[in-house]
Amino acid sequence: MSLLVGFARFWYDFIIGDDWTIAVAVVVALVVTILLVHVQVGGAVWWLVPLAVLAFLGASLWRVARKT
Amino acid sequence: MSGVFVVLAAFLASAVEMVEALTIVLAAGVTRGWRSSLVGVGVALLALACITALLGPALTLIPIDALRLIVGALLLIFGLQWLRKAILRASGFKALHDEAAAFEHEVAAAKSEATVVRAGLDWYAFTLCFKGVLLEGLEVAFIVVTFGATAHQVGLAAIGAAAALVIVVGVGVAVHQPLSRVPENTLKFAVGLMLATFGTFWSVEGTGAQWPGSDAAIVAILAVYTVVSFIYVRLLRTQRAETLHATLAQGRT
Repeated sequence: MSLLVGFARFWYDFIIGDDWTIAVAVVVALVVTILLVHVQVGGAVWWLVPLAVLAFLGASLWRVARKT
Repeated sequence: MSGVFVVLAAFLASAVEMVEALTIVLAAGVTRGWRSSLVGVGVALLALACITALLGPALTLIPIDALRLIVGALLLIFGLQWLRKAILRASGFKALHDEAAAFEHEVAAAKSEATVVRAGLDWYAFTLCFKGVLLEGLEVAFIVVTFGATAHQVGLAAIGAAAALVIVVGVGVAVHQPLSRVPENTLKFAVGLMLATFGTFWSVEGTGAQWPGSDAAIVAILAVYTVVSFIYVRLLRTQRAETLHATLAQGRT
């Protein structure tokens, strides 16, 4: 069991790292993009992911700056 | 055009990780002896080759849209982690990575450990080199395999990584000391930007959305991410300077 936990923790640290909110933002932005592509908007929603990435990266950096 | 980026990204990412691995191996080799250290390096490289040989073909079996969505998302998250750290380092909120200091730290730790011989090897030197090369190499393998599979250019990504290996090991053997002059933090910034750019491009393509200008969008994403990252660095530096100023003013009163 502890081996599995260690394995999962390694991959979590490896891929996600210090701030999980960025990973969640990426996943949510991609899911919303998929929904918009398939439901109504078509292919012109390319801007959503980069916008979310830059906004959440900025928010993450700002949190570090405020804490320090 | 994307082929050039694939080679460049694989080369830069591999060079950065190999410089860090070289520091660990040099510290172990100089203080504990080269035989056990090099055996550790060899076993780690074998493990990495097995992981890459298993992962690479497995990824090519996934349909391209699903591959771009999943691998693109992983690359984007992974790249943002690099970029976030690079911005924090550039703005002074995180200490810069210093290979000379890392080398001194590893040498001191290696000297303080007692010698335990297992399977005819100095176990400390073996495990230190094995872990160091495996962990740093895993990042290289992850980038090369995901980049290569998603761009359908595994060969180009491997060429980038191999070139970095030859140069870093060649220079390391020649100078016999950690490569502290390599602008590691700048390279990490560049790699973070490239991983985030390709991750964004591929994951959005995987959703079914279409980039204006098709492949040319990669250059535009890279440009926007670069400009915004530098704006973040500047804002954070200003914030840090103001905080230090306020702290000093408070200390005087």
